[in-house]
Amino acid sequence: MIELHEVAVAYRDRVVLSGVDLGIRAGERVALVGPNGAGKSTLLRVITGLVTPSRGSVTVGGELLASLDRAAIARRIAVVPQQVIVPFSTRVEELVGLGRLPHEDPLRGARPADRAAVALAIERVGIGHLVGRDVRELSLGERQLTLVALAVAQAAPVLILDEPTVHLDLRHQVATMELLVNLNIHNGTTVVAVLHDLGLAAHFFPRLVLLDGGRIVGDGPSQEVLSGQRIRDVFGVDPSMVRLPAVTA
Amino acid sequence: MILAGAGLVALVAVLGIGVALGSVAIAPLDTLAIVTHRLFGIDLGRTWSVSAETIVWDLRVPRVLTSLVVGTALAVAGATFQGLLRNPLADPYVLGTASGAALGAAIAVLLPVRFVILGFGLLQGLAFVGALVSIYTVYRLSRIGGLSPLTSLLLTGYAVGSLLAAGLAMAMYLSGAALRQIFSYLMGGFDTASWPQLAGTLPLVLIGCLLIMVRARSLNGLLLGEETAAHLGIDVSRERAILLSLASLVTAAAVAVSGLIGFVGLVVPHVVRLIVGPNARLVLPLSALGGAVLLAFADVIARSVGDIPVGIVTALIGAPFFIVLLRRARTGYEL
Repeated sequence: MIELHEVAVAYRDRVVLSGVDLGIRAGERVALVGPNGAGKSTLLRVITGLVTPSRGSVTVGGELLASLDRAAIARRIAVVPQQVIVPFSTRVEELVGLGRLPHEDPLRGARPADRAAVALAIERVGIGHLVGRDVRELSLGERQLTLVALAVAQAAPVLILDEPTVHLDLRHQVATMELLVNLNIHNGTTVVAVLHDLGLAAHFFPRLVLLDGGRIVGDGPSQEVLSGQRIRDVFGVDPSMVRLPAVTA
Repeated sequence: MILAGAGLVALVAVLGIGVALGSVAIAPLDTLAIVTHRLFGIDLGRTWSVSAETIVWDLRVPRVLTSLVVGTALAVAGATFQGLLRNPLADPYVLGTASGAALGAAIAVLLPVRFVILGFGLLQGLAFVGALVSIYTVYRLSRIGGLSPLTSLLLTGYAVGSLLAAGLAMAMYLSGAALRQIFSYLMGGFDTASWPQLAGTLPLVLIGCLLIMVRARSLNGLLLGEETAAHLGIDVSRERAILLSLASLVTAAAVAVSGLIGFVGLVVPHVVRLIVGPNARLVLPLSALGGAVLLAFADVIARSVGDIPVGIVTALIGAPFFIVLLRRARTGYEL
């Protein structure tokens, strides 16, 4: 589904990613983990076409990403925005409706099929009780779910998230994760998420990609990727400090 | 739908009132007869004086129509700037167009040259050019440096606006007897409205507004910021440049003929959004309608209380109305 070959990114003379080879198959659930500044967000931005690599190539569904325009990318890859500020009073369903922009007719706007997709996304994410409310009055957890619903309404085969659980309490963290698993298993959506919480990543994602210093230093199931020695090397902390359910279980 | 219908009714009403009322009393039936005679060549069997016909057809009708066109332009440009800059306080003048137009007008007043081509004098011409030059300068300057494009645009707009305002103050200081003329441009009004002027302004405003409305999708995408807009399939830098150009063109066309009229471009889009939500597909056309009605109505009031500048009236109507609306808004309103 997504193939990165020898990708390198440099901002001026600072190398952020180098020699990244990564293949993600359709229907996979992949967590990108690693310390701050490892290049996780940049990697996501390369996959979504916001950052053009200085070397290497990216293909999505067999097509070169650089050859696709923004609308074409948006029909293939949906990105859950990080917490956003909404400048005007906006209802939950209006926000979710923005997910249909890549499919909308530029002149006529939303059609019945778009409205149906919005209703389905709202039901899928389980936020029917929030319909009619102003997004700006929602709690952070509710807002996060609304943003996921926006990306679900986009109906792209790939769903990308950058730190979806940051600022959320434990219950909402788990709810968000379960939703992603659900979308992955029942809709077949490919999910790629940057996660800080290694415990959540290990528990909910069968495949972890560990980045450090702009390179991939581990790729595989959590037991392999998050060995005690690796955690010590990459994060510089005692592995016993890290709660890893999938490893300890 | 209901809202659009009500707007259209209000539009027709204000058109009728605007043409019927004025400092010279002309019987309503005479007015109707003059308009139907001029428009459709139908004779209603009434007679009127030549001066009545001139007043109705050459002064009042173009004046009302100009106020409608300018109101549309300001409201649509305001909605566009607010959406583009994601800033509820933005108005058509936020990026320096007002100061540019004002300085252009002031220079025109000071220059000892006078000419009128097709109803457009030096003042209108320089105001138009001043507005466009200032926004182009802001746009170009904002692209230098490391700030995010939006922050940079707003700050550069403020800086260039201040600079132009200083130039304007200087021009006013030097203007002597012409001060009143500059001042009256700053307050805004439709004293100089004429058919040729309308014929010059209308196409610019109409085409500009239509092209903006066709891009409602992009404005909707920008609601959640430029990065999210990109993820939703919007080519952000291209759309930003296009929308900025169109909104500026429309603003420049409006301020050239009307001077600086405040509040319409700020308040109308907000009022519309409070009623129908943020969807630009609804906000833009309804703002166009609302802006037209509000400004034409304001001009009727301005004329009937002794020809005061219409900008005073828009502020007097707009501000309290806005405050009342904020208090009963469907949800809280925060900046």
